[in-house]
Amino acid sequence: MSAHDHAEDHGHAHGGAAHGSFRGYLIGFVLSVILTAIPFWLVMSGAIDDKQATAIVIMAFAVVQIVVHMVFFLYMNTASEGGWSMLALIFTLILVVIVLTGSLWVMYHLNANMMPGLHDMREMP
Amino acid sequence: MASSATTAGAEPVFHLEEEHAHAEGGSTMLGFWLYLMSDCLIFAMLFAAYGVLGGNYTAGPAPKDLFDLDLVALNTAMLLFSSITYGFAMLTMDKGRVAATQAWLAVTGLFGLAFLSIELYEFSHMIHEGATPQRSAFLSSFFTLVGTHGLHVTFGLVWLVTLMTQVARFGLVEANRRRLMCLSMFWHFLDVVWIGVFTFVYLMGMLR
Repeated sequence: MSAHDHAEDHGHAHGGAAHGSFRGYLIGFVLSVILTAIPFWLVMSGAIDDKQATAIVIMAFAVVQIVVHMVFFLYMNTASEGGWSMLALIFTLILVVIVLTGSLWVMYHLNANMMPGLHDMREMP
Repeated sequence: MASSATTAGAEPVFHLEEEHAHAEGGSTMLGFWLYLMSDCLIFAMLFAAYGVLGGNYTAGPAPKDLFDLDLVALNTAMLLFSSITYGFAMLTMDKGRVAATQAWLAVTGLFGLAFLSIELYEFSHMIHEGATPQRSAFLSSFFTLVGTHGLHVTFGLVWLVTLMTQVARFGLVEANRRRLMCLSMFWHFLDVVWIGVFTFVYLMGMLR
């Protein structure tokens, strides 16, 4: 019984809220500084001429930095809370992707098709 | 005979299985994570609204006329520093050093306060120039998205001060450690949202 309790506590201490280490925080911090500085520099200096390309690059940096924060600051891994945290995160990400792409896609086409001049109003009955 | 056998068989059997032991607050972290995920959905909606409306200036000011990237970079640095100092607070908490934990929490709070001050300065500057939330759909969605994040930081600061008072009165007891871990997740989560804000709103806005 007491052994079982002990195992349970042990499981919670490690599975529940894993703690970061000094090294982990430092690596996370250095990485996020680099991953923040590069997009700012790209936009401020206009190092890439093509704006579309710059946008794609800074989005990629943002995604990488979010992953860095998740791993090093929020201690996200597949084992925490027996995998339930990760499951909730994946579910949320799916919803986020649906919301964002759905809204942008639908509203872009709505805007494009409602643009004045696209249909000549004089020809309307 | 047979019926008595079936009644005997149908007699409910109770398995007095031992309830598997849950330490008090053992599920708090997962619950709080679920709250953060729902908060994440709120921000996703606001990002979507900004993505849809962000180009509707109605002949008003565009992002290029309003945003000051130096200020945003400074703001981002404040939030990043506050993240790492909160991390140090957690590390000193693990070692049970009350004074050091309080000191790191105070430093985190100051960085958070600096972030808020810069943001409020930016907002007041914009409003002073006539770029109020009512000016265009772009500005409405901008103020809603960035303002909601700022509001989260404000509540995070209130929570931080509350916990510092708790720790001062009761020390690093189990309940306070749990609360500090929840605030840690909340604080780092706000930093994650800010990554989205400065990339999607400020940097992409300057590219438009």
